[in-house]
Amino acid sequence: MTDVKTQIEETVKANDVVLYMKGTKEMPQCGFSSRVAGVLNFMGVPFTDVNVLADDSLRQGIKDYSDWPTVPQLYVKGEFVGGCDIITEMTLSGELDTLFAEKNVTFDKAAADKIREANA
Amino acid sequence: MAILATDIEALIRETFPDAQIKVQGDDGAHFAAHVVDESFRGKNRVQQQRAVYAALKGKMDGPAGELHALALTTKAPD
Repeated sequence: MTDVKTQIEETVKANDVVLYMKGTKEMPQCGFSSRVAGVLNFMGVPFTDVNVLADDSLRQGIKDYSDWPTVPQLYVKGEFVGGCDIITEMTLSGELDTLFAEKNVTFDKAAADKIREANA
Repeated sequence: MAILATDIEALIRETFPDAQIKVQGDDGAHFAAHVVDESFRGKNRVQQQRAVYAALKGKMDGPAGELHALALTTKAPD
């Protein structure tokens, strides 16, 4: 268990934006994972995807790590930001843009605006 | 065993007796819950929703989880 925790900690600290998801960013295997990966892809955010379905200890380990019962889970600069509902809300409210800007993560502001226009 | 929207509401109600709670969904697995409670004031969304998940006592996800999908929104009263 400790090994999984250490592994997660190293991953989220070594990569600016990490998405723990079911499937991969190219081939998500759950609608919720797909939605968050889709937002990041569309906004041009470089991110590392980790497929929890590929490793059972990771699938449980990530939930213990963040004390959060569901996947996907988004981490920015080592910090847990939220799951699908929170990321959706933050995308639409513009808070996600603010977070990326504060954390010096590159993203396409025009694309983010397009998502908001389409969902207005 | 499928779970009902009223079961989810009852579980949340145990922890948040004074909250405004709205749960929708009737297929036994996919639900949307909206919870407005004074105790959320000053907490970020992750903290708010962690508290709601805790109220659901492990029914969320996992091998024993009956709830595959709960779209959750939380806020403090305006």
